[in-house]
Amino acid sequence: MIAELGHFSLILAFMVAIYQMTVPMVGAAKGWHGWMDSARPAALAQLILMLISFGALTIAFVTSDFSVLLVYENSHTAKPLLYKISGVWGNHEGSMLLWVTILALFGAAAALFGGNLPPSLRARVLGVQAAIGAAFYAFIIFTSNPFWRLGNPPFNGQDLNPLLQDPGLAFHPPFLYLGYVGLSMAFSFAVAALIEGRVDAAWARWVRPWTLAAWVFLTIGIALGSWWAYYELGWGGFWFWDPVENASFMPWLLAAALVHSAIVVEKREALKSWTILLAIMAFGFSLIGTFIVRSGVITSVHSFANDPERGVFILAILAFFVGGALTLYAARASVMTAKGVFAPVSREGALVLNNVLLAVSAFVVFVGTIWPLVAEMVWGRVLSVGPPFFDQAFTPFMIVLAIMLPVGSIVPWKRATLGRSLRHLRGALVLTCAVMLLVFAVSTGHSALAVIGAGLGSWLVFGALSELWSRTGKSGPSRLLRLPRADWGKAIAHAGLGVTFIAVALIQAWEVEDVRVAQVGQPFEVGNYELLLTSVERHDGPNFYAQQATIEASRNGRTVAILQPEKRVYPVQNMPTTEAAIDFGFLRDLYVVIGDEQPGGGWAVRTYIKPFANWIWGGALLMALGGLISLTDRRYRVAAGSAKPRAAKAVPAE
Amino acid sequence: MRGAIRLAAVLLTLGSPILAVQPDEVLSDPSLEARARELSQKLRCPVCQGENIDDSNAAISRDLRLYVRERLTAGDTDDQVMDNVVDRFGEFVLFEPRATGSNLILWAAGPVMALLGLLLGLRFLRTRNIASPEVAELSPEERKRLDRIMQADAPD
Repeated sequence: MIAELGHFSLILAFMVAIYQMTVPMVGAAKGWHGWMDSARPAALAQLILMLISFGALTIAFVTSDFSVLLVYENSHTAKPLLYKISGVWGNHEGSMLLWVTILALFGAAAALFGGNLPPSLRARVLGVQAAIGAAFYAFIIFTSNPFWRLGNPPFNGQDLNPLLQDPGLAFHPPFLYLGYVGLSMAFSFAVAALIEGRVDAAWARWVRPWTLAAWVFLTIGIALGSWWAYYELGWGGFWFWDPVENASFMPWLLAAALVHSAIVVEKREALKSWTILLAIMAFGFSLIGTFIVRSGVITSVHSFANDPERGVFILAILAFFVGGALTLYAARASVMTAKGVFAPVSREGALVLNNVLLAVSAFVVFVGTIWPLVAEMVWGRVLSVGPPFFDQAFTPFMIVLAIMLPVGSIVPWKRATLGRSLRHLRGALVLTCAVMLLVFAVSTGHSALAVIGAGLGSWLVFGALSELWSRTGKSGPSRLLRLPRADWGKAIAHAGLGVTFIAVALIQAWEVEDVRVAQVGQPFEVGNYELLLTSVERHDGPNFYAQQATIEASRNGRTVAILQPEKRVYPVQNMPTTEAAIDFGFLRDLYVVIGDEQPGGGWAVRTYIKPFANWIWGGALLMALGGLISLTDRRYRVAAGSAKPRAAKAVPAE
Repeated sequence: MRGAIRLAAVLLTLGSPILAVQPDEVLSDPSLEARARELSQKLRCPVCQGENIDDSNAAISRDLRLYVRERLTAGDTDDQVMDNVVDRFGEFVLFEPRATGSNLILWAAGPVMALLGLLLGLRFLRTRNIASPEVAELSPEERKRLDRIMQADAPD
């Protein structure tokens, strides 16, 4: 009964979306206010219906209603509650339902907070948003319905893939989807602006927070996924350049570019048509990401052929929206005339360079991701494109970006003298050199990677700090706290990027790895640590069996940590997993994995010392935090809460 | 989501997980072992989804790791080892695609696009430059409008 309620709500939401994509659009074209305004209640209705639908599926999972096919295939009564809930989106059908629920959420948010948008723009934005929704409702209802029932409900389910039964991964998809789908707002605004034939500073001020929010969610989602891979997959890798990761990384890069180009539109009314194009592409890549993940086309051409219906459907959605938007763009882009003028050496110029670098690096990731497919289809060459390629092809752009970023973010608008701006960065440059010397001294015999990476990262961090400092002017540090939150957000996000840079370089250059057979009771040394395997015991969980080792790690005779890595077997899915034991530290992680018992006695044990591991995700969190702080900037709060007259007020130049 | 990708890989080793590099595989010569590790990270496990043989649990990856070490111990250069592996398993096992034939497009795509982007960016910057005449000029109509505005009361 509850599943049917969810099913009907889903179909009703589909109907509402069809209404919302047509009537308000016609209203906007004809100037009929009643028709335009009906988009708002429709958007809210969609959200309510989708919440009911998603809630119904969640109830089915929580109560282990195995008469629902999807629950039977992905759940089990013995599974902990958290994973019963996360199991809702731990599968294709449920994750698509989450996708459209979030789409409805963003639509409703635009309807609620869009009070001071021009009515026709609001109607069109909501119309486009509903069109995307309608396409995905149809996709779910016709190809991936989560509410199918089983005629003879079995007694228990098939359980969720054990690798997915993890808190890090439980929240990874929702954040990722908030990011993907958040970019649909930028897309809807772009298409609406193309239809209106008008892009101005107000438009950019509207698009920017949505894009920034989407980017923040994407950042958190990607960081969670990478963190999960780090501790769950058993060898401490954090990024693999695999197609599924790239699928989320490309929209992230483009969203970052969009956030920056929208600044130029907002402050200087230039880069308009490029910004529109970026907004279309950013969401386009979200759709491509969905296509890659959901069709399986990249991981294997055969898995696509096994179930072509879904892949073709998403491809059609992708072709319709991106193709349609690009056609509209080609026809209308010339309307977007730029107003602001500026010299090449200026903040605007720097942001153009930022956009070139981010867009090209996204392009490199894209080419590398689809190349195996292209090579096989066109030349019949079966090949792989993996980390060595991306490391070489992608990294140069990040190096240039890191060198330019502190300079670009400090030069003034319109026209700059490089010398004067660089003077503000003198301190940062000195500190950066000091860090590089220190790293060089510590890492004798190691590659240049550590020195260069740590140098670039420090340059970003110190550059961000000097910029904040330079903003205080003569009034000194007391002004620091009164700076606009956007300034703080910018500095924190840029510093966060620097922290991640440092971490990625140092973990690769300084990691210590040790593989050996450890005998119980015999200590062994790894780096500066002494490890002792004290026991290996049976240790069973709610839905798995495990062998748990206890390893004592000490340094200079003092116990640092007791580590308990496990080897688990989930009997329902008959699947073994490794649970690494990690002693998290500020400067290093101690990472231990237990392997098989050896025929000659003892156990295979792998130990890693991973320096600065936490800084990778710490940096990502700083980036997300910077974005959040920027979102709470006064001009958004004022703009969101005020009536029209206030919007006409000039924004103080920054 | 990664889990779904890894699932197939793990399923292939059902029952007895062989964990990545095993203690008995490690070569006693540290410099040879280091070379072996470097090569392993560039080789893709032929049966898994996107794992290198160094991290992979599959039996065939273990065979490949042992083979690489055997060849290195026999005195082969890195290139010879890779060539030998490619002869047996095809290009598919190379994570770093060779820059030959159609793959030149792949390797050139980034630099070419970067050049194109920079050129377009520079061209755009030039059109926006303050000195640019097309911006400095006003049409007679605009000039008239500007005069009208200037004569009227200052708005702000």
